[in-house]
Amino acid sequence: MNRRGTADSASGQAYQQHGLSVQTPSIVKSSSPKGMSVHSEYCLEATGANKSFFLGRRRVIALDDFSARVKKGMVTGLIGPDGAGKTTFMRMAVGLLIPDKGRIICLGMDTSRDSLEVQAAIGYMPQRFGLYEDLTVQENLDLYADLQGVPNEVRPGRYRELMRMTGLGPFTRRLAGRLSGGMKQKLGLACTLIKPPALLILDEPTVGVDPLSRRELWHIVYRQVEEEGMSVLLSTSYLDEAERCQDVILIHEGRFLGQDEPHVFSKALEGHSFILTPSRGDKRRLQEVLSERHEVIDALILGEKVRLVTRDAMEPQEVKRCFQVGVDFDVQVVEPRFEDAFISLLKRKKEGEGEAELHHAITPSMVRGSRDEEVIAVKDLKRKFGNFYAVKGIDFTVKRGEIFGLLGANGAGKSTTFRMLCGLLPASSGELRVAGHNLRRARAKARAKIGYMAQRFSLYGGLTVYQNLRFFSSAYGLRGKRQRQRIGWALESFDLSGLKDARSGTLPLGYKQRLALAVALMHEPEILFLDEPTSGVDPLARREFWRHINALAEANVTVMVTTHFMEEAEYCDRMVIMAQGEILAAGTPEEMKARFRSPENPDPTMEDAFIALIEMHGQEAESA
Amino acid sequence: MTGEQPYGGHMRGISMMRLRGLVKKESYQIIRDPSSIGIAFVLPVVLLFIFGYGVSLDAQHVPMAMVIDKPDKAAFDFISGFGQSEYFSPVIMNNIQEAEKALMQRRIDGIVWLRGDFGRLLLSTGNAPIGVIVNGVDANQARITIGYVTGAWIKWLERFSMERGRPLNIPVNVDYRIWFNAAVRSRNFLVPGLIAVIMTLIGAMLTAMVIAREWERGTMEALMVSPVKIQEILLGKIIPYFVLGMGGMALSVAMAIFIFHVPLRGSFFALTIGSALFMLTAIFMGLLISQTAGSQFVAGQIAIVVTFLPAFMLSGFVFDIGSMPMVIQWLTHLVAARYFVSILQNIFLAGDIWPIFFSNCLWLVAMGTAFIVIIRKKARKRLE
Repeated sequence: MNRRGTADSASGQAYQQHGLSVQTPSIVKSSSPKGMSVHSEYCLEATGANKSFFLGRRRVIALDDFSARVKKGMVTGLIGPDGAGKTTFMRMAVGLLIPDKGRIICLGMDTSRDSLEVQAAIGYMPQRFGLYEDLTVQENLDLYADLQGVPNEVRPGRYRELMRMTGLGPFTRRLAGRLSGGMKQKLGLACTLIKPPALLILDEPTVGVDPLSRRELWHIVYRQVEEEGMSVLLSTSYLDEAERCQDVILIHEGRFLGQDEPHVFSKALEGHSFILTPSRGDKRRLQEVLSERHEVIDALILGEKVRLVTRDAMEPQEVKRCFQVGVDFDVQVVEPRFEDAFISLLKRKKEGEGEAELHHAITPSMVRGSRDEEVIAVKDLKRKFGNFYAVKGIDFTVKRGEIFGLLGANGAGKSTTFRMLCGLLPASSGELRVAGHNLRRARAKARAKIGYMAQRFSLYGGLTVYQNLRFFSSAYGLRGKRQRQRIGWALESFDLSGLKDARSGTLPLGYKQRLALAVALMHEPEILFLDEPTSGVDPLARREFWRHINALAEANVTVMVTTHFMEEAEYCDRMVIMAQGEILAAGTPEEMKARFRSPENPDPTMEDAFIALIEMHGQEAESA
Repeated sequence: MTGEQPYGGHMRGISMMRLRGLVKKESYQIIRDPSSIGIAFVLPVVLLFIFGYGVSLDAQHVPMAMVIDKPDKAAFDFISGFGQSEYFSPVIMNNIQEAEKALMQRRIDGIVWLRGDFGRLLLSTGNAPIGVIVNGVDANQARITIGYVTGAWIKWLERFSMERGRPLNIPVNVDYRIWFNAAVRSRNFLVPGLIAVIMTLIGAMLTAMVIAREWERGTMEALMVSPVKIQEILLGKIIPYFVLGMGGMALSVAMAIFIFHVPLRGSFFALTIGSALFMLTAIFMGLLISQTAGSQFVAGQIAIVVTFLPAFMLSGFVFDIGSMPMVIQWLTHLVAARYFVSILQNIFLAGDIWPIFFSNCLWLVAMGTAFIVIIRKKARKRLE
């Protein structure tokens, strides 16, 4: 131990004295090298931090005069959409990036000067945590224990504790590459916690993780805070997770937007949030009309209802009077959510900056045909890869003009199903009819009637917006006058005229998404396939996107969508939840939620329903 | 740094615990990754077999047409000598036209033409000229073939004269002797040179790719924020790949000696020192490449272009440096493999010739030092 010097023996003593507790803050403080903010109640302080990068020749400002403070001993959330600057800030906090201007003090140390000391004291889990996939779970743990200088004597106990907490105990000899997404993330967290850090920094730990594992991750994080007194800074773009934090910092486009306890944000909107129940199932029209009104901050579809956030506080009767829009509805006051506050903040900020209001929904031409017609019919569909069944015989039908959701965790088989429906992947067996054509025989005919928007927006980054539209429309066989008409329609409806000659690769994500949707709609398909269409775009862009999708559904276009955002499942008319290649449940969002209504949980969310279903399935599989 | 350091104690030196962890991790990865085992052990075997057996700079069993305008005893005697040689596969043809046609069709690589006056001139002057036509498309092979035919002809004339007790009156009589590689087996110098090329591949390419892989998979970011020092990360890569490379080296040397019967005239000691120096230089090249390349693909491409190809073309392994244009000769000084090829060819074929050995080692040390200085300067625990 002496060989490793004093610090190791010091931490070794800390272990022995406090069992497995964190190095008490006093150790960190008393030995603070610069002797500053010794008794500070903050573990992380950023003052006027600036950072910009060069993307090609374009300068991108990632952080703009950003100041924020993270309090000790609690979970602080860094909340903002993708590209807001969350990762940049975290990398600066751990000394991996140096601010251009301003400074960041982490545990009393300047992160640009004393980065090694900072790194020795904190635990940081980057977005893609560095698990070595060809090492086993145990070997990964050993590596990080070696790197963190954890004394051999305390390792067995610490390992046991971490394995119990993460539930990875039975898998210690499995290669990390063979773990599921959620298990990988838990192992990453275990590796970060191997030597309990004074400050734990987690960059989007729940991204791409199924709701069940997400819940477990949160549980582990809270245990660190409650039992070990650890401070945690955690970033997320899921707004529902903000409510699980004790303190939140809002960040948007590299700028500080606000910081407080989450309920303070939502409290400010008390009396602004309502649930409207339309009497004749006209939820889409109601939402559309409401969205156009200036008094409305946000209108969201929630199963058969519409969730409304108004600009000013209102009484229910006032709401009824104010929004006489030709659709009859009941009004009910609800508790505001954190998301309402965030949207409200963003919207007011944009308006303050003079940016145009949200654009109108597109006006697609009506697809002919009855709404009772089944345009997608799947019967005993199977897909085998080698000996492994990715899809194990599923059945469902989708009617014209429906929005149909395909939900599931990674590896549930939803992408495979999706690819088969689009004709990108042949089925191993079963029946598959799309738009009246048997996909196993008349694939080309069926494809002419479908539009497909891929997850990563397959656009040609080197081509301009106009060139992309022209290329894709000719690929779908549009020529001459009709092609010009459609391009004109796309540029206007999606408000892309001003960006006609901009290279699509340089557009912000929200615009790319619009262009990708425009491209998929060039040939006026009857059926639209959307694969994780809104992952990574900010909440305002996501809302705008769904307004377009609603307009399409109103025009009898059938929409099939995969998503891992549980709130987006609420937009669907009907959906199926998949796990391990099987359908666990099918029905409307209301039916799904109603199945899990109980005295303890009278108003379950989509996520509650999802988790309950997966857990039930797991138990069945075990007892079988 | 001033004052008491909270975590500073073990930060000055290198922590054995961290280094051990990194080396262990890297070794597991090597063992479990079929491609690194492939590059280190399978590739040398394959390359050595291809070059040891397949590629030969010697001419053997060259199909030659024999045309005798006026058959007589002397002519047949001369021709029969070719049949016994392992260098030629002679085919008798009736006239020169037929032979030329066969040459055009590439059925044969050359023609030996004994004209009508062969026997007469031989008996009258003791010196009878022969006509030789060789396909010159492959200049190297053509030159070797002409050399062999000339040699065979002179030998035969000598014997012919001797048998008749008449001195041979050719103006110049060359008496040549070949040192170091008496049988003139090209394998004897190809195989040691090839070892240098293989070591370049293992050292530079493998190292370049594995670090790029850490960037690509995001594992580097997690390493960077642990208390690990940059020297430890570098050492954690150098040590396992050094061991792996030396293993590949031992395999290649064993194959050279036991399968290809290349003589080893120098000492194992010199061989080990020379190889170790080169191995380190090659690994440093790999590290430097990986610092500039962001992805495995780019790292692999760069490694091939700046290390493997030069080692192949400019190291003197196949192509003699002395006969290259001056500018290219200067350029070869930047190719580390050049020094190693020289060291290997000396140790294998000539023995421990210390002046040559030391001067080459010195070059390697100079290059290696330059590389590691640049690497150390460029390596920082930052993402920028």
